[in-house]
Amino acid sequence: MSLEQFKNRNVGTQNYKKLDLSHSPSSGWGEFKQVVSRTFKPELFVGLWVTLREMGNALLGGKMHTTQYPFEKLPISPRYRAIHEMLRLMESGNYRCIGCGLCEKICISNCISMETRYDENQRKEVSKYTINFGRCIFCGYCAEVCPELAIVHGQRYETASEQRASFSLFEDMLTPIDKLNLQQEYQGFGAISPNADDNIKKTPLAY
Amino acid sequence: METTILPEVTALGVIIKAILILAIIAAIAGFGTFIERKILAFMQRRLGPMYVGPYGLLQLIADGIKLFTKEDIIPQHANKVIFAVAPAITAATAFIALAAVPVFPDFTIPFVDIYVPSIASDINVGILFVLGMMAAGLYGPLLAGMAQANKWGIIGSARTAIQFLSYEVVTGLSILAPIMMVGSLSFVDFNDYQTDGLWMVVYQPVAFVLFIIAGFAETNRTPFDLLEHEAEVISGYATEYSGLRWGMFFIGEYANMITIGVVASVVFLGGYNDFWIFPGWFMIVAKIAFSFFFMLWVRAAWPHVRPDQLMWLCWKVLMPLAVVNVIITGIVMMLV
Ligand code: SF4
Ligand code: SF4
Repeated sequence: MSLEQFKNRNVGTQNYKKLDLSHSPSSGWGEFKQVVSRTFKPELFVGLWVTLREMGNALLGGKMHTTQYPFEKLPISPRYRAIHEMLRLMESGNYRCIGCGLCEKICISNCISMETRYDENQRKEVSKYTINFGRCIFCGYCAEVCPELAIVHGQRYETASEQRASFSLFEDMLTPIDKLNLQQEYQGFGAISPNADDNIKKTPLAY
Repeated sequence: METTILPEVTALGVIIKAILILAIIAAIAGFGTFIERKILAFMQRRLGPMYVGPYGLLQLIADGIKLFTKEDIIPQHANKVIFAVAPAITAATAFIALAAVPVFPDFTIPFVDIYVPSIASDINVGILFVLGMMAAGLYGPLLAGMAQANKWGIIGSARTAIQFLSYEVVTGLSILAPIMMVGSLSFVDFNDYQTDGLWMVVYQPVAFVLFIIAGFAETNRTPFDLLEHEAEVISGYATEYSGLRWGMFFIGEYANMITIGVVASVVFLGGYNDFWIFPGWFMIVAKIAFSFFFMLWVRAAWPHVRPDQLMWLCWKVLMPLAVVNVIITGIVMMLV
């Protein structure tokens, strides 16, 4: 194959549409005509109309874009990996974690530390469980490996705090017992966001 | 016009009016910044300031506190005296210009029965005085830019000179035609000329458009905001300014916007004459408010021009148009 052929990237059939760009005028008379036509074209007023229409849309048509962030929040994707949550069993209200230690083992940044012991019923109980969020990289392995769906990633993405201990104790991550009925089951890693339908736009299939 | 009961111009009355104008216009000019942010936000489908006070109304106070308490920095190599005086020039000339424009029809204060001519001083060269004062206001940016030992400031003041040289001719020539028709330079005469007849804009549409364009350049508003266009010259002449001095530039700019609104209303749009069922004071407030809104509207809609485009526009398009307009007006006046 010769180099010429190799360089030719126009394979297939293209159907480009050339924009109708007018040529810049060459004579003085042409420039004058351009000035006159631009002066009396209503383009500037089209711009004014568009801004006014959008103002009407925003004020009367309810098309305001602003989300007043600390007070209003947009829903985030269930795939988002924010601060962890420890879930409870719906029936008994007990925490789901069985103290198997898989999450501690798989954690690639070694930031989960836990201690377990037997309680009086010879049942394994978690006596200490912390995640060091200074080291956690939010990879999600702990949630993936957990056999009981006990540790999951929640939706708390606002992690500015005076000390990271305010997120990382077992009690902080555990669903509060009185909010048990509000506990959300983890959708899984392939879940779509709740407002996914609104975000779908029509795009052409063929390009 | 026979002089019947011309009210006495007392020193006390003038002082009271001056203080009132200063206080009210300064307040409105400050409030204008809030209005501007709100209107621009709505036009971009945003909410604008919302958190300080109901609908962000107290944002103004928060900004004021911020401006007052900011450290006043004077750069090391700046010419300190000129640097300090320049903002005062802008603010002061803007308010001095307002002394000679009539805002309301003359009225009588109820109960005490005092007749008040609402113009602070009806000088017979009112229109020249106002335009001259607003032109002198440009010394503020010019000196500020040169005094601050900063390249952006220098560019800003160079652009001030360009702008000044461009629009000032157009302002003068465009307003010459109405002056020829009225035969006076006093704003009160302008207003009275339109009492019975049509508005001046009907006779002089070209002059009106030219004056509005030049007014945008004069107040340094968006299609012609060359002096401090952030995207190009940081903040132009105001680069080194902070705190209260910077605030004075802004008060001056907004006061100038109001002045241009008043001049356009009185000279071209029928002034404070009654219109249909609306009383004069309402009409002029509505007109000034609309012209203020129009300036914000244009800012939201139109891009701004380059300095060379401004000079091209003013010298090659607007000035010939203004001259032709003056000549045609003269010929028509001779024949009729
Ligand atoms: S998300 Fe990853 S780094 Fe963080 S605790 Fe879980 S396994 Fe460890
Ligand atoms: S993997 Fe799940 S069940 Fe096992 S210790 Fe971790 S959180 Fe508890």
